[in-house]
Amino acid sequence: MPLLEPRSTPSAQMRLLSPLIAIGLTLAVGSVLFLALGKNPVEAFTVFFVQPLSSGNGWSELMVKAGPLILIAQGLAIGFRARIYNIGAEGQLIVGALAGGGVAIALDGVDAWWVLPLMVVAGAIGGALWGAVPALLKTRFNAEETLTTLMLTYIASFTLSYMVNGPWRDPEGMNFPQSIMFGDPALFSPWFEGMRVNASILIAAVASIAFWIFTSRSFLAYQLTVGGLAPAAARYAGFSAQRTVWVSLVLSGLTAGIAGVGEVAGPVGQLNLNISPGYGFAAIIVAYLGRLNAVGIVLAGLLMALLYLGGEAAQVALQLPAAITGLFQGMLLFFLLGTDVFVDYRLKPRPKPAYA
Amino acid sequence: MLEHLIPVLAGTLGAATPLIFAGLGELVAERTGVINLGVEGMMLIGAIAGFAAAADSGGGALAGLPAGAVAGMLAALVFAVLSLSMAANQAACGLALTIFGVGLSAFIGQHYVSFSLPGLQPLDIPGLVDIPVIGRILFHQDPVTYLGLITFVIVWWVLRKTRLGLLLKAVGEAPDAAHAIGYPVIAIRYGATLFGGAMAGIAGAYLSTVYTPLWVQNMVAGRGWIAIALVVFATWNPTRLLLGAWLFGGVTILQFHAQGLGIALPVQFLAALPYLATVVVLVLISRDKRLLQLNLPASLGKPWMP
Repeated sequence: MPLLEPRSTPSAQMRLLSPLIAIGLTLAVGSVLFLALGKNPVEAFTVFFVQPLSSGNGWSELMVKAGPLILIAQGLAIGFRARIYNIGAEGQLIVGALAGGGVAIALDGVDAWWVLPLMVVAGAIGGALWGAVPALLKTRFNAEETLTTLMLTYIASFTLSYMVNGPWRDPEGMNFPQSIMFGDPALFSPWFEGMRVNASILIAAVASIAFWIFTSRSFLAYQLTVGGLAPAAARYAGFSAQRTVWVSLVLSGLTAGIAGVGEVAGPVGQLNLNISPGYGFAAIIVAYLGRLNAVGIVLAGLLMALLYLGGEAAQVALQLPAAITGLFQGMLLFFLLGTDVFVDYRLKPRPKPAYA
Repeated sequence: MLEHLIPVLAGTLGAATPLIFAGLGELVAERTGVINLGVEGMMLIGAIAGFAAAADSGGGALAGLPAGAVAGMLAALVFAVLSLSMAANQAACGLALTIFGVGLSAFIGQHYVSFSLPGLQPLDIPGLVDIPVIGRILFHQDPVTYLGLITFVIVWWVLRKTRLGLLLKAVGEAPDAAHAIGYPVIAIRYGATLFGGAMAGIAGAYLSTVYTPLWVQNMVAGRGWIAIALVVFATWNPTRLLLGAWLFGGVTILQFHAQGLGIALPVQFLAALPYLATVVVLVLISRDKRLLQLNLPASLGKPWMP
């Protein structure tokens, strides 16, 4: 006997409430987890969500982490609206970082203003090309993009490993798998002394505005959304399914590629094996949590960045493993999918006995 | 050449074992119409549960494999409640399960980073192991590898020859019709999904307690995704899945024997080969749309409610 019944129209209220309920449930289960680990939940949540924001540097770090998450998620959301599941943004980020980093290494010693913009363009092209591969495989050969984007992520990370162990390894780097440290012309310069926040956050901000205009105003974005919600209607209206695939994957590859440059030309400052703490995967959660909406994604990106910071703080203050961040991310997505069910369904009222 | 080839072929069987378990589990689930993209996550959860059980109980792999199966099943249960009872999007739920599995296994795994386990000794099949060449390849394997082949035979037989198999396939092809005749569609899908979870859990526990008996974060390394790709490659046919798993086992093992075989390529290229091969194989099989349409379980991935 099913407990749910479909609503006649999806609940707009529930669409907005669902992420909040999911966050609440994650915090509730988190409290139980903290108790089980012998930590005081109030203290733990203070460490997680308050302490990171109690200093200027904390806010700077929040921006450093929110930037790439928001940028990638904005790109992914376009595809997710069209039901094109690019889950390989991590790979597109890596290829973008390789392309941008390659420019920085090739132009090492060149002191010109255009080095950094060139890196960003190279990263955008690199990421877009890495996204174009699954688009080609999908449109020409019908290969599932979920599997191909993910496989290409592994291939990208082995390519990165090869480059920093081989051709691009820093000759004076004591054999560590890393490139030379980039020179100042190849780096986003920090805005404040002793803090890492820099102009790359502006790229995420501009992208958010651009995607907001794109999704709310353009006919192409409308076609993409219709293609995702009602493929038959989209076909009938003559919207191209092939173009949907290309636009979704190339755009999301492009934003992930730029995010990759932001990392290597920002907080990391070189190519090495730790250029991303899983931003490409976390951005999937950011996109859904933000309701695939440009404004929502900004808020969700800030929350997810805080989760990263909280995990780092908890490692220091509570001796908890940093992997707790990944655990919270997974729980959050699960709860979100669960609460999202109530957008389209509602609990069935208990049937009243006939002769009451 | 032969003395180099024997360990490669023998190693291929072991490397194929996790793909056989996880692939067969996913294949059965997909035959009933459920696509679970959480195989990687279930394998990781099975791997850490199996490792923890093996290390804490001192029982080794014998304790690890059942623990992995139970843990994989519990993980699949979460997926099933969301996607079957609540009709949430299967692709998104599977993805969530993978992200959750990565996080959970890394979190629990922190306690076990420096542990190592004894592993399992190969079991010689008396008589057969003495056959020249073949014996050392086929009959000098760890017991779980034999178990994988037995599981293959059982799954093949159930799907091909039994009433249960017919029922599983009927639910995947025409859930409405199966429901109309009076079969419990959701319950059958639950069963198949949990079976998939148990198989993925065993595959993960095999990796962490037998294949490389130590805990490394993210040690499943994409094998769950390769298993999903193998099911497509196999066009939902267990025999082709077995052949595919051996093929990929061979590609995986190549990097460890490249030197002996005289292959002078960067190690990263060889390590990337299984993932590259997955893309190539997917392209080759998917380009024939008719072949896929013919074999694809008709209700695959579509939420169904009575």
